[in-house]
Amino acid sequence: MTSEVGSRKSDLAIPEIDWSYAPSKESTEIVSLEDRYGLFIDGEFRDPKSGKHFPSVNPATEDQLAEVAEAGPADIDSAVGAARAAFDDGWGTMPGTERAKYIFRLARMIQERSRELAVLETLDGGKPIKESRDVDLPQVAANFFYYAGWADKLEYSFPGLKPEPIGVAGQVIPWNFPLLMLAWKVAPALATGNTVVLKPAETTSLTALAIAEISAEAGLPPGVFNVVTGAGETGAGIVGHPDVDKVAFTGSTAVGKAIQSQLAGSDTRLSLELGGKAAHVIFEDAPIDQAIEGVINGIFFNQGHVCCAGSRLFVQENIHDLFVDKLKTRLATLRVGDPMDKNTDVGAINSRQQLEKINELVESGRSEGAEIYQPACDLPERGFWFVPTLFTGVSQSHRIAQEEIFGPVLSIMSFRTPQEAVEKSNNTPYGLSAGVWTSKGSRILWMADQMKAGVVWANTYNKFDPASPFGGYKESGFGREGGRHGLLNYLKGAH
Amino acid sequence: MTLAPSARQSILPERLTNATLASFIRSVPSVDEVGAAERVASLSTRSIKRESKAHALRLAIRMMDLTTLEGMDTPGKVAQMSAKAVHPDPSDPSIPSVAAVCVYPAMVPYARQAVEGSSVRVASVATYFPSGQVDVAQKLAETAAVVEAGADEVDMVISRGAFLAGDYFRVFDEVRAVKEACGESAHLKVILETAELQTLDNVRRASVLAMAAGADFIKTSTGKVSPAATLPVVLVMLEAIRDFGAATGVKVGMKAAGGIRTSKEAIRYLVVLNETLGAEWMSPDWFRFGASSLLNDVLMQIRWLETGRYQSADYFTKD
Repeated sequence: MTSEVGSRKSDLAIPEIDWSYAPSKESTEIVSLEDRYGLFIDGEFRDPKSGKHFPSVNPATEDQLAEVAEAGPADIDSAVGAARAAFDDGWGTMPGTERAKYIFRLARMIQERSRELAVLETLDGGKPIKESRDVDLPQVAANFFYYAGWADKLEYSFPGLKPEPIGVAGQVIPWNFPLLMLAWKVAPALATGNTVVLKPAETTSLTALAIAEISAEAGLPPGVFNVVTGAGETGAGIVGHPDVDKVAFTGSTAVGKAIQSQLAGSDTRLSLELGGKAAHVIFEDAPIDQAIEGVINGIFFNQGHVCCAGSRLFVQENIHDLFVDKLKTRLATLRVGDPMDKNTDVGAINSRQQLEKINELVESGRSEGAEIYQPACDLPERGFWFVPTLFTGVSQSHRIAQEEIFGPVLSIMSFRTPQEAVEKSNNTPYGLSAGVWTSKGSRILWMADQMKAGVVWANTYNKFDPASPFGGYKESGFGREGGRHGLLNYLKGAH
Repeated sequence: MTLAPSARQSILPERLTNATLASFIRSVPSVDEVGAAERVASLSTRSIKRESKAHALRLAIRMMDLTTLEGMDTPGKVAQMSAKAVHPDPSDPSIPSVAAVCVYPAMVPYARQAVEGSSVRVASVATYFPSGQVDVAQKLAETAAVVEAGADEVDMVISRGAFLAGDYFRVFDEVRAVKEACGESAHLKVILETAELQTLDNVRRASVLAMAAGADFIKTSTGKVSPAATLPVVLVMLEAIRDFGAATGVKVGMKAAGGIRTSKEAIRYLVVLNETLGAEWMSPDWFRFGASSLLNDVLMQIRWLETGRYQSADYFTKD
């Protein structure tokens, strides 16, 4: 660009430098890690009967953080047994006002220790500390507070239904939001009087174990909340355990389908929150610069490890090129790297396995003929990293437009008319979320009505509140988490 | 009216009437207020430490238009402020001078005299600041007079009433005429008075209008209406500058004026600038702070960075 007033240079002979932000690392001193963790069963940490442990690594450095127990069938038996005993022993029939006190206490203690938990979440999972600190932990505490408030109001909340807990809930959660998914599952289960056997994902067990410790300090009766760690086999053990009354799973659609078949014909209650391939639709009259931020947030938040990530972008054809140029410019300002740096926008990929999956799908995008764009980006040498990526010229038939990548990769397509936007958006087996950007209120309402997705965000993205239900259409699952709806998953006779 | 083609006007309709200009202005992208507020809130969590902070604080001084715009301004007051503008901290010669002093037209000769021989420029408000409620001939006469009196920079106000009434042509034409009255040498900052425009849609539209009409800088506020500069407003203006540059190839500067009192706030503005327009704009040639009390807070923070101690406010001159 040229200046029209050419002579207007600063007289001060101070060279302009690229203003880079000095590292601003969050201290990890607040976290004290054990070398090895047991299973949390019946209010105490126990060595696994399986005798097996596996390492939990920091994905940003590949350093081992601790060893975590791998629960075998005998351990699952103990955990389910402890949960059953606690349920029968009074948790299930305790007055709501009493149960609420425990959950409120838990919420307060989580809030008090939120800095420590945020650091641990980032160490173990690789997400930027900015996100753990400003998004995850506040939401975690808010969910416990919210559901604590429901505990004594259940009787007045479901006309025609006498609210009774189901019993022992087996909950299997993913690695993208370890604490938040724990809160989404555990808080409503406890508030309704169920007891819990929770299995965190094998790459992110540490914060669940920290919550176990907090629950003991909070005086939660032994057996009400149990944490068994392990991988898929442990999860399958919980899901298939005959004394588990209710299974709640968040994770991939493939595993969700396997669980559904495993439980077919049994009277175990099930709720599933599975994958997504959300459409993010930008109309020509959108507030463009805010839409850019929405798209960036939609796909690069948490490295794209978000089931509701806006991974398919549909831009109205007459603003497509302009919008893509702006996205590219914005992409260059994303700060990728050390998750413990408070200025990092995009952190580490959660595991080597996930990195390989992303690589594989991105390769398919290239070979199927989509055009890739990645900004210049210095990545750390160790750890698992992926540069924020855009694909243009994507067709509906490309794998990157069909399959959930679960990484920082955006597939960009165009549309000409609102009807075409709806058709393309709904042309997916998934239906978890969608986003619409337009200045026209009537179009927002029409689109929200047409989109086959559990959540439709208008002129914003990734907004969450404990009071707002969340869940999928089609292969994105069933059952709603959050809000009053979230209680239904854990009440007898309610669906 | 048909304009001689220039890069700036390449984005405008060929035949300029109020109707064609209005339809152009309505094609400026809308702004979502919630989204803009979220963006600046997120940028405000940037953690600026050590050398980055030291660099930012010195840059903030170099970007400052040290301002006094009061009915009670006197030659003595202007001379004192100008001395501070040249040497903000007499005890530390490494502290750079500010970019400019900003005064009322009657004070220009005194400011001119006081900064002579230094790098500090003289900026004068003009066009019957702050309201601008006179006819264009008087505005042009005042502009010519302040340039004649030695102002290097002219800070004009747009006719907000005309803008809100949809008389975009008048707003455009006044800026164009004032720019002409500035001549070759003086550089024009156009004050939008965003608190009176109220919506971010208006801020964005007025920014485009001012840039197309010839603004070298666009500026938020007079400082006489609250709120003056705010982060969302500045973000939207910077985005307008970025898109104007992409469309026309013309680079326009930005001045955030009024209400910025602390180093912490100033650094937030620099972060927004850095992440919206990038390193090219991180210079007093392209970004200014219009402020009066900000300077001492910045000096105090620099002293703290260098010594690890906060000095009493008594150690910093009040001029």
